[in-house]
Amino acid sequence: MSAGIRRILPQLLTLLAVVALITAFFPSFLSVEMVDGRLVGSAIDVLKRGAPVALLAVGMTLVIATGGIDLSVGAVMAICGAAGAWAISNDYPLVAALLIALAAGLACGLWNGVLVALVGIQPIVATLILMVAGRGIAQMITEGRILTFSHDGFAFFGSGTIFGVPTPVILWLAVGILFTLLVRRTALGLLIESVGINRRASALSGVNATVLLVFVYMASGICAAVAGIVATADIRGADANNAGLWLELDAILAVVIGGTSLLGGRFSIIASLIGAMIIQAIDTGILLAGFPSEYNLVIKAGLVVIILVLQSPRLSPRISAALSRRRKEPAPAGSATEARE
Amino acid sequence: MNTRALPLYATIAIFLVAYLICWIQFPAMLSTRVIGNLLTDNAYLGIVAVGMTVVIISGGIDLSVGSVIAFSGVFISVVLRDTSLHPLVVFPLLLAVTTLFGAAMGGLIHGLGMPPFIVTLAGMFLARGAAYMLTIDSVPIDHEFYDTLRRLYWLMPGKGRLTLLGIVMLLSVVVGMILAHRTRFGTSVFALGGGAHTARLMGVAVGRTTVLIYAFSGFMAGLAGIVFSIYTASGYPLATVGVELNAIAAVVIGGTLLTGGSGWVVGTLIGVLTMGLIQTYIVFDGSLSSWWTKIAIGALLLMFILLQKGLLALGRQQFAGTAQT
Repeated sequence: MSAGIRRILPQLLTLLAVVALITAFFPSFLSVEMVDGRLVGSAIDVLKRGAPVALLAVGMTLVIATGGIDLSVGAVMAICGAAGAWAISNDYPLVAALLIALAAGLACGLWNGVLVALVGIQPIVATLILMVAGRGIAQMITEGRILTFSHDGFAFFGSGTIFGVPTPVILWLAVGILFTLLVRRTALGLLIESVGINRRASALSGVNATVLLVFVYMASGICAAVAGIVATADIRGADANNAGLWLELDAILAVVIGGTSLLGGRFSIIASLIGAMIIQAIDTGILLAGFPSEYNLVIKAGLVVIILVLQSPRLSPRISAALSRRRKEPAPAGSATEARE
Repeated sequence: MNTRALPLYATIAIFLVAYLICWIQFPAMLSTRVIGNLLTDNAYLGIVAVGMTVVIISGGIDLSVGSVIAFSGVFISVVLRDTSLHPLVVFPLLLAVTTLFGAAMGGLIHGLGMPPFIVTLAGMFLARGAAYMLTIDSVPIDHEFYDTLRRLYWLMPGKGRLTLLGIVMLLSVVVGMILAHRTRFGTSVFALGGGAHTARLMGVAVGRTTVLIYAFSGFMAGLAGIVFSIYTASGYPLATVGVELNAIAAVVIGGTLLTGGSGWVVGTLIGVLTMGLIQTYIVFDGSLSSWWTKIAIGALLLMFILLQKGLLALGRQQFAGTAQT
């Protein structure tokens, strides 16, 4: 267990530092109170608003662990939200609408997975297709309008509460725990890591890399579907143009902050979730501080550069060698990973 | 026949067939007016796509270009509003900034050995954030020199206008072609796309080439920003969101291999024009909805990627037994 905590320690410390910094300027940041049977406060707000990115980050972590990337999650969010809203506004029962949205996410994931695993297209390119076409498909479902609906059951997933806690928070926690148990209580996580480190070697040693790859993209699709449901339910309408716009980049950033290497290999879903919360805490902190939200992007850029330096295969061996000489295994050379497809 | 050139032939054939279909349905499509507008409306995309072609041939990707275009427009409009500098002074200043910006990203990519994807993602945030910090409003450009630039055109037979913007785009395609296919730098770019390790063994200065590639892309993005600011006569930090995706799509439709090592700058021009043609067709038709553009471009992308995949497999069979990647 101590190894697990050591793994997420840097992210945890960063989150604590960010929260401490915000609290130092705005002592009210951490205060949470009950109003009308629901918890209210800036901290709760961070947890709630971070839900879409946190949900996407769960699936994205698995995809990135295989050395891939899923650019389409924002567009898939739009498709699933549109499909769910379409079903609700056509008087389908709630369960059917949710199933339709989830099925749409699974189908999108299957499409990406087949392109990557069976056809053998680079993940960036394969998911780019759905990223470009996906918003078109979402607009086709909503017929170019913002599809609004009034259904309290569906809206519950965006603005409802369970025991005072906003539903989106429960959802991302549940999805995160579910996937963590799924990959860590079985050999699945280990196999995903092995495919990410070397697909050929894994396949030769008997790992069914193709099925695993399809699985991770479908996992990413279903996470995007849940995120789409949350985003759509939150505004009680499906906006094909803006739902999930640029969230794929935030999700990738969350995973990278979580310490999972873009080159594939070891991953941690919990660290990615903390990464998502760090991003949201910074966003909210900047807004609270009265800075224009424009500063967000510049700060994010700075964050990415810092993480890049820390993760760099060219620099990190030197840094870690300087810190301790016990680590024997050097990080993989950049050229070896570039040569790999 | 050279199998590597097949995607280029396919691109040209598809463009011609598409134009033929459009022409049969709407004879007015084949007029110099439509062609002139096609060139003018897609000028900024064409210019930025030339830079993107070089980046992609080298096996990289540049996600920052859309933000850099927006930054350029905002930079120009704010400087023109707040100072009395002439646009002809502002333009070189801006191009220097964006070129240095690209060079810095190239330096990071090489120096850190990280994927270009994530480095240029940081560049994308930074450029967009810098644009926001200059202004969050749409700033109009009100300068007589801009009016002159906008009015410059060559009246083609048939009353079509080949505007200055269209000419700048065609010129950058020519420059890009020469640079990529006829210079030592171009050869290094192709070698880099074939594999950084092999390129290094062949004596390519990998670091210098990488920096130059992204500097070139930054320069082209700056030039596209100037053209876009002339086109819209304003600067707006929220403009050209997602242009990097259109540029990448145009490059792929143009027959350039996304894995790098093979491609044509002229194909990119055809790719840009094909995408413009789809939009023009939807405008002519009037009953089709705008989302079909995105779906059609997605379908085209898929088709070309599958085509390239098939050709690569063919090529591998020919060289069976040699080292596989």
